[in-house]
Amino acid sequence: MEHSGMLQVRPTARRTPWGKRALMAGTLGWFALLVLLPVAALSFEAFHSGPLAFLSGLKGEAAAHAFWLTIWTTILAVVVNTIMGVLLAILLVRHNFFGKTLFDGIVDLPFAVSPVVAGFMFIVLFGPQGWLGKWFEAGGVKIVFALPGIVIATLFVTLPFVTREVVPVLREMGRDAEEVAYTLGASRWLTFWKVTLPTIRWGLIYGITLTTARALGEFGAVLVVSGSIIKRTQTATLHIHQEFTDFHYQAAFSASLVLGGISFVLLLMTEYWKKRHKEA
Amino acid sequence: MGIAVQNLTKRFGDFIAVDHVSFEVEQGKLVALLGPSGSGKSTILRIIAGLEEPDEGAVFLTGTDATTWPTQKRNVGFVFQHYALFKHMTVRKNIAFGLEVQKRPRDEIRARVEELLTLVKLDGYGERYPSQLSGGQRQRVALARALAPKPRVLLLDEPFGALDAKVRQNLAAWLRDLHHQVQVTSIFVTHDQEEAIEISDRIVVLNRGRVEQIGKPEEIYDRPMTKFVASFIGHANVIEATVQGGRVLAGDPGLGRVELPIAADNLESGEAVVLVRPEDIVLAATMQNHDLRGVIVGIRYRGDVYEITLEMSGISLRVSEDKDRFNSEGWKLGQQATLTFSRYKFFRAEEGHDALRERLRNLGYIE
Repeated sequence: MEHSGMLQVRPTARRTPWGKRALMAGTLGWFALLVLLPVAALSFEAFHSGPLAFLSGLKGEAAAHAFWLTIWTTILAVVVNTIMGVLLAILLVRHNFFGKTLFDGIVDLPFAVSPVVAGFMFIVLFGPQGWLGKWFEAGGVKIVFALPGIVIATLFVTLPFVTREVVPVLREMGRDAEEVAYTLGASRWLTFWKVTLPTIRWGLIYGITLTTARALGEFGAVLVVSGSIIKRTQTATLHIHQEFTDFHYQAAFSASLVLGGISFVLLLMTEYWKKRHKEA
Repeated sequence: MGIAVQNLTKRFGDFIAVDHVSFEVEQGKLVALLGPSGSGKSTILRIIAGLEEPDEGAVFLTGTDATTWPTQKRNVGFVFQHYALFKHMTVRKNIAFGLEVQKRPRDEIRARVEELLTLVKLDGYGERYPSQLSGGQRQRVALARALAPKPRVLLLDEPFGALDAKVRQNLAAWLRDLHHQVQVTSIFVTHDQEEAIEISDRIVVLNRGRVEQIGKPEEIYDRPMTKFVASFIGHANVIEATVQGGRVLAGDPGLGRVELPIAADNLESGEAVVLVRPEDIVLAATMQNHDLRGVIVGIRYRGDVYEITLEMSGISLRVSEDKDRFNSEGWKLGQQATLTFSRYKFFRAEEGHDALRERLRNLGYIE
């Protein structure tokens, strides 16, 4: 695909097979250097002192707690942002309202803003002396440096993914299929489940994959908001960072490999599922 | 009565899409809503389906006022120009959709789907996905899906608009036959007058949200009641003329005005417009002094007819000659020919030539 595209750009230039091979080797080499080599290095270091050492790196309540916290936060972020993301996409594509263009731009804000900055925004808002934080504090509810803060920060940084993936497919789909469903007697709800959702499913699945990957790997915003308290508000990425700065390299490498592995497996699952269903 | 709309009006902001439209469709008939884009025909169809709410007026389905019914309760079959098939479902699932929504027994659904696959000549295509079908096949699936729950009425919005000419003709003829078979009250929207004339029982001609004329295809074609209908149905030549002392004169005074062969004995003097269809102009090579004559400036072959462009005192006329006649006369570019009108339509141009011409140009009927 890649090289045939190149040939189309310059139809007069006749590439020798050697030229083609060099191009392929160059591209693949670049990819290997940038992606495969670091992964290999990490894997090598994680298993350098044997599989037992690798496992020992994952031992300890701190690591277990950190991973569970990350997994639960991710699940929450995915569920909430899938529902809200689809609703937001429907609002943007199907409805006209005052300030829609502005709103459309603001949806992307979490992409544009540095996660650290995002974290500080929530400190200002929900900190003990913050605008809303004061009230929560008075009610005995801690948000910043506690679990709610982590969840809110993760929700914020993963907000645009589902919306951004669903908007174009929803737009392309148009209204015709849904209207046909109405004329055939299907309620709005049934139409959404039977017609809209299956039509936008690939955009949605891709959006969910991106949301998951980002939620698993979020560091900056969570670091600012959580305070990184061991066994309480330390997520997997914060745990890795902690171990690394404490010179516990084995623990840092092992945890990194597990976290990276989870993302990789999720990506493979999505691709596999997509392939299987596309053939149908 | 199958469908009736009364005084239907729909505005989009300042734009009046549908302007007090009323018409009826007899039970079991096939009616065409014919008009240029922006004439409000699709909006009327959507109002009948309940997909759009009218600002004024009422919709009656089989005699019952259905104006306030939701789309789901109206039991209408709707076919869109771009098929609107459910892409993730097989042909069979698409057709079964309406029946499954109604929770009909499984056996009944299976039997009905088979029946419809046969009806639309897609036996053996049940397990295919829409992406594996041609445009014509997709539109037949859309039709089968609309017909499956035995709708009260069938509504088709430019059903052949996305198909190429040949497929379109076959499918139009096929729809005509199919309608004879199923006899469901149907309205179809089109901007193609040939399509409307070919397959409908009656035609409602629309322009700028208003009904211009309602009638049988022959009536519309032979006896157009307004200038719009005359010029829209069959691309008439628009000739500006002046009535002077019982003579109808046209053309550029600088090139010498010509007298049109029109009986104008009892016409008042003033501005007028004459509309002549290309096939109603008869060309002959015989030159007699009193005859109207022009010079052939263009010849184009259009399948079964030749389209000849004739110039006469600065007026450009389109003439169509069938192939046999064309060959026996052997017309050449630059040749002179006399012409007579076998049929024409005469209008007074109260609004003035420029205004009338401008209006026809805006609507896209003249260049």
